Amino acid sequence: MASLNVRAALLSVSFLILALGLWEMATQPPEAQTGLTEYEMLMGGVEQESRVPPPSAVIKLAWAELSDPFYDAGANDKGIGIQLAYSVYRVLTGYLAAMAIALPVGFLIGMSPLMYKALNPYIQVLRPISPLAWMPLALFIIQDSDASAIFVIFICSIWPMLLNTAFGVANVRQDWVNVARTHELGPLRTAITVILPAAAPTILTGMRISIGIAWLVIVAAEMLVGGTGIGYYVWNEWNNLDLASVIFSILMIGVVGMLLDLALGKAQKLVEYKE
Amino acid sequence: MSKSFLEVDGLSKVYPDGQGGELTVFEDIRFALEKGEFVCIIGHSGCGKSTILNVLAGLDEASAGNVVMNGKEIKGPGLERGVVFQNYSLLPWKTTLNNIVFAVRARWPEWSKEKVKEHSERYLKMVGLDHALNRKPSQLSGGMRQRVSIARAFATQPELLLLDEPFGALDALTRGVIQDELVKIWEETRQTVFMITHDVDEAILLSDRIFLMSNGPNARIAESVKVDIPHPRARATIFQNPAYHKTRDYLVDFLVNRSGSALPEKDGTPKIVEPAKGVAQSTPASADSETESESETAARAVNA
Repeated sequence: MASLNVRAALLSVSFLILALGLWEMATQPPEAQTGLTEYEMLMGGVEQESRVPPPSAVIKLAWAELSDPFYDAGANDKGIGIQLAYSVYRVLTGYLAAMAIALPVGFLIGMSPLMYKALNPYIQVLRPISPLAWMPLALFIIQDSDASAIFVIFICSIWPMLLNTAFGVANVRQDWVNVARTHELGPLRTAITVILPAAAPTILTGMRISIGIAWLVIVAAEMLVGGTGIGYYVWNEWNNLDLASVIFSILMIGVVGMLLDLALGKAQKLVEYKE
Repeated sequence: MSKSFLEVDGLSKVYPDGQGGELTVFEDIRFALEKGEFVCIIGHSGCGKSTILNVLAGLDEASAGNVVMNGKEIKGPGLERGVVFQNYSLLPWKTTLNNIVFAVRARWPEWSKEKVKEHSERYLKMVGLDHALNRKPSQLSGGMRQRVSIARAFATQPELLLLDEPFGALDALTRGVIQDELVKIWEETRQTVFMITHDVDEAILLSDRIFLMSNGPNARIAESVKVDIPHPRARATIFQNPAYHKTRDYLVDFLVNRSGSALPEKDGTPKIVEPAKGVAQSTPASADSETESESETAARAVNA
């Protein structure tokens, strides 16, 4: 009897083969007609009906793109690696900026019920705003499309981090705070040596949610601001009617998003503790 | 009357009762502890024992009264008072050793890393945990965790140790083993200890005096019972001492029949009781050189 992992892997691969097979069959061009009409001959034999490319075409394209991911042949022709790098750079910049604000402010409102009550109404109003709604205002004020995209990432990733930090800090077990108090630790040392490690798993959960949202939002933001990035790439290939490239880039968005999540998942493991 | 090491004067705690009124949990608590004494406090649930201990620790504030230790009023927590909590309160992300190191570094920030580590390991060895230095609290049994917690409290060498029902969550066998360890450490260090317990046998085994609290609300420390059994005591042989049974009968009678109505002296200090007075002191295991400290204990009880 094979182990659960082996069986699961086998099943996964069979699902993939089945799905790709169905997709390939569903997208075959119809049988060639007995002869080309005069019009078709004039059009160079190209069939009129456009269809989703078969997986074989996508895989062929993926192979070509991934074997040279960093070529740069002008504004509208950059390798997939370059486009993804732009997107990751924007996500990380906005995300780190959000962290720099969310963690200290989260600590503050987690430790002070007064600050929590004072700031909570603003947080509740600002939090449900779609990050893209900020885009026009950001473009007007910042006057730079790249920085505006980064701002949108900042504003969308700040809330889960802020709220989870505040929640984690506010719910540190009173016993542990008492341990710090009976050992005469000052507020700063208590925050660093007791509250931070105690709240770290909750904070990391917030950071993991944030990176996921940031990666969702960057694609839409780049479709709007254009120029570079994976979001722009998808939209550009749609305008080129290159559906194979569109499908390929969708898959790449998924893969990079998964890698970002895995990285945060690893970090989460590091700070976890069992009571 | 000379000043005692710790003096508790007129302590009371009032909570709002949730219906606009007030509820006085305990009132006019007065007692004194001498240096090196081991005192247990027993009372039914709801009499406010834990609150008294938390006030001594500086973690809670009394509604009235004050606590003076070494001539200084206690305001807020401090390293000269160590606390062992019922639920251990170890930091779960730190190893056993680092939980102790954390406390020792807070106590002596000027010590070198090696000195801190060496000191911490010594106290873990005292509770028999030198094999589990690098394990996390979640990998330890309840009894082992409480040992770490006790080692942490003793390692900072506080002037007053406060133990809040330290064995309450442990099974009877484990409890016995750790009681023995506590006896052993205490014999070595002779710290001043104030401990809450629900267990009459535990109180007799460990303490010089036992405070008996009347029931809440408006609970008081009604009596101070002297335990007239010489140190060092051992759990296995203490039953053979006739004073043990006298004391035990007295405590059980108080808790079962009299805790509802018992009152302290008119001046608010607990009534001093010596249930085993005149009983011959002959414990086979410990009929040795302890007579001197025994008379000291007696003198203390009279002074208090």
